[in-house]
Amino acid sequence: MISLTVNGKSYQFDLEPETPLLWVLRDEIGLTGTKYGCGIAECGACTVEIDGRAMRSCSAPIGALDGAHVVTIEGLSPDASHPVQKAWIEEDVPQCGYCQSGQIMAVAAFLKNNPNPTDDEINANITNICRCGTYERLRRGIHRAAALMKA
Amino acid sequence: MDGSIGSLTRRKFLVTGMTASGGLAVGISALPRLAGAATVSATPWDDDGTAANELDAWIAIDPDDSVLIRYQRSEMGQGSMTALIMCVAEELQCDWSKVRTEYASANRSIREHNVYGDQASVGSRTVRESHLLMQRIGANARERLIQAAAARWQVPTGECAAANSVVTHQPSGKQLRFGELVGDAAKLKLNHEPAIKEPPQYTLIGQPTKRVDVPLKVNGTAIYGIDIKVPGMLFAAIESCPVPTGKLASVDESPVQGMRGVVKVVKLPDAVAVVADRYWRAKQALAKLEPEWSTGALATTDSAQFSSTYRAVVETPGAVARNNGDTGQAIAGAATKLDAVYEVPYLAHATMEPLNATAYWQADRLDIWVGTQMANNTLKGLAGILKLKPEQVHVHNAFLGGGFGRRGGIDEGLQAAFVSRAVGKPVKLVWSREQDMRHDRYRPMAVIKLQAGLDAGGKPVALFARTAVGSLFRGMGLGKMVKNGVEPMAIDALATNPYDIANQRIEVHLKDTHIPVSFWRSVGASQNAFFLESFIDEMAHAAGKDPVAFRRAMLGHRPDWMKVLDTLAEKSNWGTPMAPGKGRGIGITECFGSVVGCVAEIDLTPQGKLKVERVVYAIDCGHAVNPLTVAEQLEGGTIFGLTAALFGKISVKNGAIEQGNFDSYQMVRLAQAPRTEVHLALTGGKKWGGVGEPGTAPIAPAVANAIFAVTGKRIRRLPLMDQDLTTRTASL
Ligand code: FES
Ligand code: FES
Repeated sequence: MISLTVNGKSYQFDLEPETPLLWVLRDEIGLTGTKYGCGIAECGACTVEIDGRAMRSCSAPIGALDGAHVVTIEGLSPDASHPVQKAWIEEDVPQCGYCQSGQIMAVAAFLKNNPNPTDDEINANITNICRCGTYERLRRGIHRAAALMKA
Repeated sequence: MDGSIGSLTRRKFLVTGMTASGGLAVGISALPRLAGAATVSATPWDDDGTAANELDAWIAIDPDDSVLIRYQRSEMGQGSMTALIMCVAEELQCDWSKVRTEYASANRSIREHNVYGDQASVGSRTVRESHLLMQRIGANARERLIQAAAARWQVPTGECAAANSVVTHQPSGKQLRFGELVGDAAKLKLNHEPAIKEPPQYTLIGQPTKRVDVPLKVNGTAIYGIDIKVPGMLFAAIESCPVPTGKLASVDESPVQGMRGVVKVVKLPDAVAVVADRYWRAKQALAKLEPEWSTGALATTDSAQFSSTYRAVVETPGAVARNNGDTGQAIAGAATKLDAVYEVPYLAHATMEPLNATAYWQADRLDIWVGTQMANNTLKGLAGILKLKPEQVHVHNAFLGGGFGRRGGIDEGLQAAFVSRAVGKPVKLVWSREQDMRHDRYRPMAVIKLQAGLDAGGKPVALFARTAVGSLFRGMGLGKMVKNGVEPMAIDALATNPYDIANQRIEVHLKDTHIPVSFWRSVGASQNAFFLESFIDEMAHAAGKDPVAFRRAMLGHRPDWMKVLDTLAEKSNWGTPMAPGKGRGIGITECFGSVVGCVAEIDLTPQGKLKVERVVYAIDCGHAVNPLTVAEQLEGGTIFGLTAALFGKISVKNGAIEQGNFDSYQMVRLAQAPRTEVHLALTGGKKWGGVGEPGTAPIAPAVANAIFAVTGKRIRRLPLMDQDLTTRTASL
């Protein structure tokens, strides 16, 4: 049995230990906000927070996560009130939206440690793919979220 | 996992199925509604296709005045869901904050004499071909609500007006809310269609408006095809023959026998699928199989062969798509002659959400949950192939995690249906990224031979082009639509060019390989704008003219092109000096009814390190229903086109696609994304151009022309990552 806390709730799983966290979240718990894009840690669509750090859940086998605390997009805030979510709405960032759970989780974790990011720091740290190409607004959204966090 | 559905009737199953996914929608309604914003359900489809309090098939108004407006096409990020219901609300005079939308049901359209008409979201035509229809629907509904109120008050309709979801009898000030009138209004039929507003009268159309789907896309609640949950469903992973058009010969199932959760190995003519109780288990089991494929001689083909074949073909006469004057003679007599061959490779769509479909095929009914750009074609296509009556097929269209032309077919839906039938249960079939990238229907590779002649003053007198490119019509099984060896997609943004050059001849070879091809964002313009706009730049330099001035001199008869060109020149500070290593390039084209162009500013080191720093866009799409979406689509289109220009290459080896994931098929990321600004250069009038695709086309030539401006090297082949951009040998 593997124990996980996801968005504050405890779960126990009898699953193959190599099962990626991504599929546990989506198919066992039903939290489908976390997306599959590549399965090889390239795209970031599956980004969640594991013990406070942004991680690509497609490449995190749950056998290595016993006792971990996971936060997904559904648990980032109860009402879409996290500054990154607010900034995303204000800047109208998402297009198809498929990458955006991962983008938002990556940015939320990044801003915790970088409250005043420069564009260079953003470029170096936010490496998720957006096939719709929302980068212009994403960049604005990150700066706005940083400002909202200080407000 | 969800329990068995054995004891439920089919009808009940569907209701349960809806609740299972609808449960998420309930979760959403707890969220504060954005003040002043229209909304959409997280599960945008409607299983039954009908609602209480309908005014007609398009509009329902509840007693609390909330208005449901059905959207008949698809939402894949292009924002048309918002734009089209804005067009209805513009005329309906309802409170925008009380509007919600959902997809119109393709099945209902079948049942009710095609009530929703064309439901496709392709060809950047969702808004430009439906805005009038949607305005008329809104106007018709408003007039019936007014008539219903007038009848109740027994006053002339002319004394009544509608605003903000309320009808007012102006002389007396009496009021009735839309919600109180809908029952009466639904029974009325108008004698004639009311007039609709002209552009100067718009109040909502033309306002930058936040998209209705965005709130669902910041908290993980928007349901895409891949997120569907149907009670009792199983999961399937699939692998198709690596060589397109090849077949499955045999597969030894023993490696997966007894694996935990594995239910069945399903053989399809060209693929093998594994069904299991979890997707991950299905995927793991599939990886253990070693299918035998029969591919024949195709397994010896590769990209180098294709390239040399196409290059040979463009040296032979092709089908004539355009012929003005005598191009051969004009070039022979020209003071300056140019001659070049350009080439671009196959490209994958690589939508962020890999293809998937969930199907439940019962004796007399097929349900498909899928994100599709063509709900009604999906319905008809599946019914035709599976020998079902159209009304027996129910397509539940979800949000699309990207479309770009890929989600217009039924590859994944058919597979899911067959697999569901094989196990007698609902099955969610998900393509791995590798399956998605290796079994796309690609943007075709293309080679073009270009020639031009300039007179002694540098004025262009002749342009010749002969392209070799795959046939999209034949790729879709519509080969009959190829006319005299030409199809419009092959020559879009090429034969259609407006440049005032007296002698022009455009020839085409529709040349196929076994690699399947289809529509890819901006379609023919995706290669032809690169070819033509790079070559025009070659001509400008050969003439010793500034590239903008050179184009202007050939466009006096096209005010829309001039407006876009002048906007670009002004906003990009065209002609002002730049630092060493930096340069500008321009590209302009016409795509899906819009004139669109951009200026790219690059920084290129002598060692060949390229950075596109800033891109200035201008578009004339005639009118902009939602200017915010227009800007967003051009910003996104830039990245889509830039990704292709920098990295895009699908190559073939031993008959199979070499790339399989984002490590080998790279994407532009934030670090490579230029600052992008978009300017509307609208000419209004009768023009209504598309915006979803055009932005993708002009960026490649703009960047390539900027590279020439910096280095003097002409880029005649993409992607740029394969080209030598150095200007001197890097010192070690
Ligand atoms: S799905 Fe995990 S990084 Fe792409
Ligand atoms: S919004 Fe579509 S992939 Fe990012």
